Amino acid sequence: MPRLKIEDLEKIADQQRQKMNIREGSGKAKITVHMGTCGIAAGARNILAAFMKQIEIHKADDVILTTSACAGLCSREPMATVELKNQAPVKYVDLTEEKVKKIFESHILQGKFVQEYALSIGSERIQ
Amino acid sequence: MKQSRLQIMVCAGTGCVSNHSFDLKDAIDRELKKHKLENETEVVFTGCNGFCGAGPIVVVQPDGVFYKELKTADIPFLVEEHFLKGRPVKKFLYTPPLETVPIPKMMEIPFFADQTLIALRNRGMIDPEKIDDYIARDGYKALAKVLTSMTPDQVLNEIKNSGLRGRGGGGFPTGVKWESCKKAHGTVKYVICNADEGDPGAFMDRSIIEGDPHAVIEGMIIGAYAIENVHHGYIYVRMEYPLAIKRFQIAIEQARDYGLLGKNIFDKGFDFDIEVRRGAGAFVCGESTALMASLEGKAGEPRAKYIHTVEKGLWDCPTCLNNVETWANVPQIILKGAKWFSSIGTGDVSSDPWGGSKGTKVFSLAGKVNNTGLVEVPMGITLREIIYKIGGGIRNGKKFKAVQTGGPSGGFIPESMLDLPVDYEELTKVGSMMGSGGMVVTDEENCMVDMAKYFLSFTQGESCGKCIPCREGTKRMLDILERITNGQGTEEDLVLLEDLSNMIVESSLCALGGSAPNPVLTTLKYFREEYEAHVRDKKCPAHVCRQLITYTIDEKICLEIGHGCGVCTKYCPDGAIIGERKKVHYIDPAKCGKCGACYDVCNFNAIKVS
Repeated sequence: MPRLKIEDLEKIADQQRQKMNIREGSGKAKITVHMGTCGIAAGARNILAAFMKQIEIHKADDVILTTSACAGLCSREPMATVELKNQAPVKYVDLTEEKVKKIFESHILQGKFVQEYALSIGSERIQ
Repeated sequence: MKQSRLQIMVCAGTGCVSNHSFDLKDAIDRELKKHKLENETEVVFTGCNGFCGAGPIVVVQPDGVFYKELKTADIPFLVEEHFLKGRPVKKFLYTPPLETVPIPKMMEIPFFADQTLIALRNRGMIDPEKIDDYIARDGYKALAKVLTSMTPDQVLNEIKNSGLRGRGGGGFPTGVKWESCKKAHGTVKYVICNADEGDPGAFMDRSIIEGDPHAVIEGMIIGAYAIENVHHGYIYVRMEYPLAIKRFQIAIEQARDYGLLGKNIFDKGFDFDIEVRRGAGAFVCGESTALMASLEGKAGEPRAKYIHTVEKGLWDCPTCLNNVETWANVPQIILKGAKWFSSIGTGDVSSDPWGGSKGTKVFSLAGKVNNTGLVEVPMGITLREIIYKIGGGIRNGKKFKAVQTGGPSGGFIPESMLDLPVDYEELTKVGSMMGSGGMVVTDEENCMVDMAKYFLSFTQGESCGKCIPCREGTKRMLDILERITNGQGTEEDLVLLEDLSNMIVESSLCALGGSAPNPVLTTLKYFREEYEAHVRDKKCPAHVCRQLITYTIDEKICLEIGHGCGVCTKYCPDGAIIGERKKVHYIDPAKCGKCGACYDVCNFNAIKVS
């Protein structure tokens, strides 16, 4: 390993950023892929992989990708929820890999949610 | 860099390792491969999370799902359900005592939520064997700041103004110590990290080293820079901490490779290196002069401190020795400023360095509390908050009796003083001390005389024997306590105990002897009635001291409810229980060894103690 210069500290921290964002649970966007039995049967695994690929392509190390159980609308699976920091979550339905690409580029990278694939904005309330 | 969506943080502190967390990681890796998840996940070993009672611990990020007491057999189900399908597994989650609904997220569990982390800020967040992980969490940034923009005097003032005081026991203001060492004459000076943690049941320093060794190293480099003329540092760790030694050695190697230790650090013309030295595990070597003697290769015995170690320490050179936790606080103070640090805690240190207790303190909470483990709390928090809020109260709904703070030579604090704030001076006032941060909670089933005897037997055994008060005095005290617990004590013994204690406190060479009588003095003060019951009535109210209790079988319960089941006869190691099945059983007092086995196994509570 080479000797570090002071500016190298920042470079190393940058390289580790994605990992640390996940551990700290912080980032500018959070994508939740719904992975109930219905979701998996409808291809949620591929959707998850597609999101992973997008994160890698765009080096979007401040995007957190996580999974959750069935969202309750099994007929519209695969589904995902995209949540930008300080904004209401948006649920997308009937996803395909192409749709994932578009959602990622438009909603996550540019902040414009994709109306045509969206089911709803906001979450149901839990009593 | 490879991207991953899941970070599976497996605790690899000593507590969890001994609960097979290494095997857990292997099993998780295996199952992830099976489900082809290995490319989108990363399994990371972290340092101690502190909640050792719930180990082995696995925390799944980004959601911070906290799993406890996992076994390798649980892993296939866990991996499939959570990591593949995304459903946290309820049965492995933590449920607080007296509640029924589990709490999935780590930071919502009261044990974690009520802590303030400075020394342990990286716990569970980094792999302690990877320097890059530490750097990603602002590691070595304080060092860079110091070397580029601060003079040694400015660094010293920052530490002085912060109000940081020694975390190893004495509570001596760190800045004052550094300043004395800086002013001492000498061209060769040393810094030492005291990692000879020997208190029974205390493991604060071990956890910091195992979880975040670079924080200690960075603190030491900054200290060396501030004190000046220091180019060599030692870390003195006991041999009983193999994992801590290993992590220190790895960390030092990595820091050397990066040029953070060695010649010309960050090209700023400052040289400093660190060496790990292993101690043989003598308790007395936690005392600064004994530690330095041991480092020099001599017998680990203390010396009188007419001349302080900051003037004549290691090899008669000015030496600044601080505890692991003290060093770990230094980088944060430099980064965030003295003002930030001194805003946490009690009192005012702006004019008097002894005027308050600032920052946080790590305690290892042990004994009869629900949540045992390591907690870092702001100074000034009450003992009640630590025991009931973070510790989750007393186990099995029993009644609290006393808490001992400060390790084996700390005092016992009774329930009436539970609202006492954690503060160096306050704890000393009531006869205990901050010490290094041991905290042992006792309940109604603990006999205070027995507890005092236990801790005194520890310090007596660890007395190095150099000075008479400690060597002979503690031995005689232990004899008296043995007598009392055997039912042969007299009222004069209590007076003698007090006299001896005061004599030892005043005339011992070092703090080991000077504080060893604390458990006896405080129990005599706050629980005198228990001593009196032992010497006057020859009774042990907590039913602990074997010579003072008798076991009998309640005939009615044994026959009518238990129908003479006879379980007790099977478990009695002395063959002292007489009786046939379906008939009343009796204990032969001549044979009974008073082990209590029958009491534990009787399903009908027919065994009575008196």
